[in-house]
Amino acid sequence: MGLFRMPSLGADMEAGTLVEWLKKAGDKVASGDIVAVVETQKGAIEIETFEAGVIERLMTEVGQTVPVGTPLAMIRAEGEKALAEPQLPPAKTMPAPAIPSAPMPSHPAVIAPPAGGVKASPAARKFAAEHGLDLSGIEGTGPEGAVVFVDVEAALQRGVSAGPTAGAVVAAEPRKPSGLEGMRAAIAAAMARSKREIPHYYLGHAADITASLEWLAAHNADRAPVERLLFGALLLKAVARALGQFPEFNGFCRDGRFEPTKSIHVGMAVALRGGGLVAPAIHDADRLPLDRLMGQMRDLANRVRAGRFRSSEMADPTVTLTSLGERGADWVMPVIYPPQVAILGAGSPATEPWVVEGKVVPRQICHLTLAADHRVSDGHRGALLLRAIADLLRAPEQL
Amino acid sequence: MNRDEIKTILLQEIGNIAPEADLTSLDPAADFREELDIDSIGFLNLVIALAERLKVPIPEKDYGRLRTIESALGYLTAAAGQQS
Repeated sequence: MGLFRMPSLGADMEAGTLVEWLKKAGDKVASGDIVAVVETQKGAIEIETFEAGVIERLMTEVGQTVPVGTPLAMIRAEGEKALAEPQLPPAKTMPAPAIPSAPMPSHPAVIAPPAGGVKASPAARKFAAEHGLDLSGIEGTGPEGAVVFVDVEAALQRGVSAGPTAGAVVAAEPRKPSGLEGMRAAIAAAMARSKREIPHYYLGHAADITASLEWLAAHNADRAPVERLLFGALLLKAVARALGQFPEFNGFCRDGRFEPTKSIHVGMAVALRGGGLVAPAIHDADRLPLDRLMGQMRDLANRVRAGRFRSSEMADPTVTLTSLGERGADWVMPVIYPPQVAILGAGSPATEPWVVEGKVVPRQICHLTLAADHRVSDGHRGALLLRAIADLLRAPEQL
Repeated sequence: MNRDEIKTILLQEIGNIAPEADLTSLDPAADFREELDIDSIGFLNLVIALAERLKVPIPEKDYGRLRTIESALGYLTAAAGQQS
C-alpha cells in the first residue's frame, strides 16, 4: 500500500491547496499518471503519482490546504488486498493558504510557542532575531497561524518596527496571497535565500552562433511549421550536453553538501504574461532528439500560458537556463535557484563585428553567461563549461 | 476563404497566444509581436495554428510579412487564395 503525498515543488514550498482530483477511488493508475491538481504560488500544478496500482481512497478534499508530505490518497499495488477500513486519519486542513518559506531543508518544523509566545518556524525566529523584529507583531501565514520565513521578510519590507506597537500595522483581514502577489512572494523568498546563502561567481563568453542559425534556416526551409526548430532548442540541447562533462554544475547543494545528479533536467525559465516567471524542467534534455525537445518546449510554453504544470517539472530541475529570446537584452547575470548550484544565461542573439582570420566580419553572436555556486565549483571549470557550450553551437549538426 | 474570415481566425489565434490582450484596441499597422510581447515560441505556436487552420505553408522567410495585422491579412489572404 503506498501513500500519495503532497509533494514539495521546490525549496520554497511548505503547503499546497488541492483544487482538483483527476482520479477517484477505484481508478487504476500507472506511474506518471496525473492524479490531482494543486494550487501553489507558481500556479496550478498537476501532480503525478510514481506508484502504480488502484486508488484505494482519497484522503484530502478539494479546497483543503495541507502541508508538504501530507497523504492525499492511498494507492493499493496490483494484487494487494483492499483494506477493510481506513488506517489513517483524514488530512488536517491548514488555516492558511500555501505560503513559501525559504530556508527549509526539509519539512518545516513549527516550534510550539512558549507560554504566551508566538508560533514560528525556526528560520523565521532566526531571521526575525537577526533584524530585531518582534514576532508578536507579525501575522503568521504558516501552519496553525505560525510565523514563517516569508512573513518576517514581508514585515521587514513593510517596515514593521521592533517592539509591541508593531502589532498595529497588521491588517485586520487575513492575508490571502494569490496569483501575482503569491508568485512575487515565492520569487522573493527563493531569490533572497539565494543571494544570502550562495556565494555566486559570474562568467561570460560570446558565442558565435552563425553556424547554428544557418543550419536552422536550412533545416526549417522545407518543413511544415509544426516540425520547425527554434534556436532555443539548440541552445538548451547544447547546455544539457555540455553539462554531462561538468557534473559540478548539475545537482543540488543542501545543508552545505553538494549532491551531483546523473540526470540532466534543465529548468527553462519562462516569463509569464502579466509578470512573474517559472522554470519548469525539461527532463533528460541531454538525451532528447531536437524535434522532441522542441515539442516539449512548445508544450511547456502553452501550459505555462494556461497556468498548468506537472509536479515533476516544478520539483526537480537540476540546473536552470534563462534565455532572453529574440527581443531582450545583450546579456544576463542570473541568480541561482536554490538548491541548484548553477544557472546559465543567454542574451538576445545579434549581428556583431567579429574578427575571423584577421578580418572584421559580421557574425551572429549570443552572449552566454554562467552564475555558479563557489562552494561547489571554481571559475576555471565554469569557463570550460561555457566554451564547451559555444563549441557545440558551432557544430549544430551534431546536436 | 475571404479576408473577413481570415481576420477572424487570425485574431482568434493571436488571442490564444496572448489571452489577456485587448485585440480591439490593437493598431492594425503596429508590430503586434512587439505590442503584445509575443516571444519566439509563442510566435511559432501562432504560425503552426494559422498554417493548420488556413491550410497555407507560411515558410520562415515570409515571417516578416506577419509583422502587423494589416500585412498579415494581406499575406494570408493571398496565400490562402493560391492554395484553393
